[in-house]
Amino acid sequence: MFAVTMTTSTLVLVGAVFLACAVEMVEALTIVLAVGHTRGWRSAFEGTAVALVALSALVAIFGPALVHVPLNVLRLIVGSVLLIFGLQWLRKAILRSAGLKAKHDEDAAYAEAVAELTNLDPGVNRDRVAFVMAFKGVFLEGLEVVITVLTLGTSAHRLGLAATVAAVALVLVGAIGLAVSRQLSSVPENAMKMGVGVMLVSFGTFWTGEGLRVRWPGSDASLLGFITLYLVVTWLLVGLTRRATPVTSKVAA
Amino acid sequence: MISFVKKIVVGFGRFWWDFLVGDTPELFVAVVAILVVIALVSVSAGANAWAVVLLPIMVIAALATSVRRAAAKRP
Repeated sequence: MFAVTMTTSTLVLVGAVFLACAVEMVEALTIVLAVGHTRGWRSAFEGTAVALVALSALVAIFGPALVHVPLNVLRLIVGSVLLIFGLQWLRKAILRSAGLKAKHDEDAAYAEAVAELTNLDPGVNRDRVAFVMAFKGVFLEGLEVVITVLTLGTSAHRLGLAATVAAVALVLVGAIGLAVSRQLSSVPENAMKMGVGVMLVSFGTFWTGEGLRVRWPGSDASLLGFITLYLVVTWLLVGLTRRATPVTSKVAA
Repeated sequence: MISFVKKIVVGFGRFWWDFLVGDTPELFVAVVAILVVIALVSVSAGANAWAVVLLPIMVIAALATSVRRAAAKRP
């Protein structure tokens, strides 16, 4: 029984961290590729490298510090943050699936970044702008990854595993992106975001309850129950919202 | 030096405000309400079953309300 529940929570943790990191990395990669193709790879790689060092420093500073917070307090804070964060992701994914919000378009994001770099004033230091653009793209998208890794990792006492999964997702998405040398516009981002949202809300519910001394039936295994419940609710909300929305209000994908 | 520190503090505060509240203040308020209700329920003796049922129901209600609110805002 112990092995089964450990496997359940670990699998959910790995899945949530991997999907969250992959989605954010696809968005960051789009900006890095736009910078690389437009202004050369040196600025793109330098901006990416500095952002990754800054993000690693954040994990190294806050990770060990969070471990010293009493477990119930940590789980209550982390559970609340995950609930808010997960509900925001899930809400956006539902609105996108129902056609009320435009889907994130990597082709459009790529074109926008290229246009910004090519339309610079002649006096501007283009390599500096390219560096800053790559840095900001990776750092801002990576910040969400850091928060996911820190919150999920520390609460489950699996910070090392969460950081390793995040690194694997980063290397995998980066390698695929560089190999095909274009933005990954065919990745089903909204479905992935919906999956991450469901997992974050499930962890948020579980840990908020644990922090408030709620005893969940089946302990860690109740996470699977939450995931199933929230998947069904998400599916119902997409259907209901789609049906209640007039065609004229829908946004083109 | 003071303006640099002020800039960092303001930036840090703005990041967390955007992160936790942003354009969905109703979700932030809902999660605070969930914490208060479940904290009150869970201190009552023998109320664990209520907390187990109430917490996910309140989460679903918060999500449904926020989605409905966004859909209603559309022309």
